Amino acid sequence: MTDASASSFPATSGPNLASRRLRALLVEPKVMIGGGFILALIVVALFAPWIAPRNPLDQDLILASLPPAGLASAEPGYYFGTDDLGRDVLSRLIFGARIALIVAFIAASLAALAGTALGLLAGWYRGWVDGVISRLVDIWMAFPPVLLSILLVAVLGAGVGSVIAAIAIIDWTRFCRVVRAETMAQAEADYVTAAHAIGFPPFHILMREILPNVVPALLALVSLEMGIAVIVEAILSFVGLSVSSDTPTWGGMIAEGRQFIHQTWWVFAAPLAALFATVLAFNQLGDGLRRALDPVLRR
Amino acid sequence: MTAPILSVRRLSAVSELGNADPILRNVSLDLAASETLGLVGESGAGKSTIAKALLGVLPRTVRITQGEILFEGRDLRTLPRRETRAIFGDAIALVPQDPMTALNPGRRIEAQLTDGLRLRRGMSAHAAHKRALELLAEVHIRDPERVLRAYPHQLSGGMRQRVLIAAAFALEPKIIVADEPTTALDVTVQKQILRLMRQMQKAHRTAVIFVTHDLGVVAQICDRVTLMFAGAVIESGATADILSAPRHAYTRALIAAGPRYDRPEAALKPVPEDLVTRLRLEVAGVGR
Amino acid sequence: MIALAILRRLLVALVTLAGVAVVVFVLLRVVPGDPIAMMISPGASQADIAALRAHYGLDGSLLSQFAVWVRYALRGDFGTSISLHRDVLALLGERLPATLELATAALEFAIVVGGAVAILGAMARRTWLEPVIDTVNGLMLAIPDFVWALALVLAFGVVWPLLPLTGRVDPSVSAGMTTPFYFIESLLRLRFDVFFDLVKHLALPTLALGLPLAAVIARVLKGALNEAMAQDYVLLARLKGMSEVRLVLQEALRNAIGPTLALTGVQFTFLIGGTVIIERIFAYPGIGNMAIEAVINRDLPLIQGLVLVFAVIFILINIAVDLLVALFNPRLRHA
Repeated sequence: MTDASASSFPATSGPNLASRRLRALLVEPKVMIGGGFILALIVVALFAPWIAPRNPLDQDLILASLPPAGLASAEPGYYFGTDDLGRDVLSRLIFGARIALIVAFIAASLAALAGTALGLLAGWYRGWVDGVISRLVDIWMAFPPVLLSILLVAVLGAGVGSVIAAIAIIDWTRFCRVVRAETMAQAEADYVTAAHAIGFPPFHILMREILPNVVPALLALVSLEMGIAVIVEAILSFVGLSVSSDTPTWGGMIAEGRQFIHQTWWVFAAPLAALFATVLAFNQLGDGLRRALDPVLRR
Repeated sequence: MTAPILSVRRLSAVSELGNADPILRNVSLDLAASETLGLVGESGAGKSTIAKALLGVLPRTVRITQGEILFEGRDLRTLPRRETRAIFGDAIALVPQDPMTALNPGRRIEAQLTDGLRLRRGMSAHAAHKRALELLAEVHIRDPERVLRAYPHQLSGGMRQRVLIAAAFALEPKIIVADEPTTALDVTVQKQILRLMRQMQKAHRTAVIFVTHDLGVVAQICDRVTLMFAGAVIESGATADILSAPRHAYTRALIAAGPRYDRPEAALKPVPEDLVTRLRLEVAGVGR
Repeated sequence: MIALAILRRLLVALVTLAGVAVVVFVLLRVVPGDPIAMMISPGASQADIAALRAHYGLDGSLLSQFAVWVRYALRGDFGTSISLHRDVLALLGERLPATLELATAALEFAIVVGGAVAILGAMARRTWLEPVIDTVNGLMLAIPDFVWALALVLAFGVVWPLLPLTGRVDPSVSAGMTTPFYFIESLLRLRFDVFFDLVKHLALPTLALGLPLAAVIARVLKGALNEAMAQDYVLLARLKGMSEVRLVLQEALRNAIGPTLALTGVQFTFLIGGTVIIERIFAYPGIGNMAIEAVINRDLPLIQGLVLVFAVIFILINIAVDLLVALFNPRLRHA
């Protein structure tokens, strides 16, 4: 049982903490709305083959360039219309969610892992370790992120794996900075000094004392990062560097739709709206998480 | 005795935030022209609220439920904005508590000193500059030209407080509200500032309301003193009388609680708990 | 004191720059796909291929390639572009002004709009207007420049086709320009036809780049202004008879800019980074657009030059922000 001494930091353990935090989360509207949307999106992506009305790859030139339901000359069953190759926009949208979410979750997790590890090291050991890591962060941040991601994908070859790797490689710095600052602040706390004096190894202290207090801020950042990952994937597939052109992606659909935007604007607008809503949802979720889990507000 | 320049009559106030206890209970006090009145009490006694009411800067969460604030016979609560504009900050001025936060770190001293002169008296920059130099000389600041050109962070705490005092007296106010102006200062500087305020007050014949929790300060510069507790007035009278022959038990306890520098081995005597409880009950009755 | 600080910054900057150069260099040599192989015509002799490789600095070991490149780079020679067959430095010089114009326009837009919203929000403290501003601002913060650009394309391409969607200027209009700095030149030479055409083309990309930064500035500046307004010196100033507007602008603003700059300075580098994709979407002929083309074409020398240019810009911005923050804090100025 950890001993929170006479410091201003809240207790980091105890049976009520988890349930208290959960309750705080459920009350925060941003978490509910943002999280709800993402949850719905996950369901849609998971059950895509059963939810999507049609095969996203099926071309039907007879039914090409049909407008969405409700407009003149729309075809029933093609709710969002079709693109210039006769593919159902809605189905492609649903399958596009798969790529978006896969990239978002994996890339954000990897970036968080790498960034947190390096941030903990830099914040705890300081000295030359911090110097090297900070210099690394500076160099990383001197690259324009979009350019670097395009470069990396060009280097690693197109594909989902490369996209994920690229995002993780670029954005670990975001987590590193925050975790480093938190670790430095926490390392000054009384109970950390006490644990250190007792003789616990640094790894133990980092894992048991410091990391749990960093997790709330991390969670919010991860949610934010997922939104960013979705955008980066969209940009990369817009430029044509993501998955192969068969697999539907929102960015790819936007690029295709751009060509015929005056004739078939829905092919452009639908994935854009999906992108917009998803990014907004991740953003609100992260915002809500930050507020609900902020120890200062948590009174 | 001539009519007091300021007269607070049966002032009561409550908090809009749903707090049960009233902030002010039937407070009445008088201030004569050119007199220094000490307003004493612990934190939460209501003295800051009175001070804010006199300056017209009560927070929106405080609502006055009854009473009047008569300045030269006119009720400040009912006067139109046009007329109160010439009173708050002009005829009634403020010497604030914390010289660190009361001066704008991004503007030079001259600008902050001459603001009031130029805004309210329409002085030109040149005339205001001259007047500022005179004011700084009055508060015993050597090298006033350098101080005028300086930024607040370049001055010591004591000097900053002197500047604030100069600014308060700049518009020749009839009343100055001094809100614990020495609390944030070193003890050695405190005495100087108190002496300075006494001097200025006498020279300009200004009435001063000195808000403080320190009876020692009161003893030094206040002609009369009013003690408050939990929003109500406990005792009021001439300083010499009150301190030598206090009538109320609370006053006695407060005086006794002061550290005895002549007998350092004597134990500190805080105000006893049962007295405080009795006082709360008594005060609650006063609020009717 | 200030000189020493600048010197230190420059040294760190140089180290960072060197690091960037190394990273890019190594990264590109790992590229699958030999750019030379893509260029040669069938039947070319080994000697020809070797000569081509040498011409573009792609022969020898990694280390020797780097050494050669650095040696030439220090003399100002960044090699020849593989895809465009021209001197890299000249290409950069041609395209950079366009990007600079766009970035500057976006920055000015962000400062004006973001600042106005922040000041309005501060003056509307504790009224019904404040939460409205906060909510709208919060939503705008979530939208990245990429999405803005696409939405603007939809709005002004399909719904209200008022503004041009691509390019920097109508070539028939800009025929007489002598320098690549069209904006300044058109103003100085009073060629308002060119100027208006430039503005029309700049409008959408500027909005796309500037809106996210404006949202950040609005949020941070408003917070800093509110904090300043809660200080005692504002109370004293109010007692002196100042109007609310004057209180915000004269008393609070100067103390709010420093912290705002510190927090938003780094956002401006994101804006520069954003030019890569924004220029692509609007076919704007700047270095961002060129960068994407270069990567797709595996144009190593050009990519190296471009990345360095971006890195230099980033570093300069960071130094400038640091200096400005110090300038706005009287305490740091006299230290």
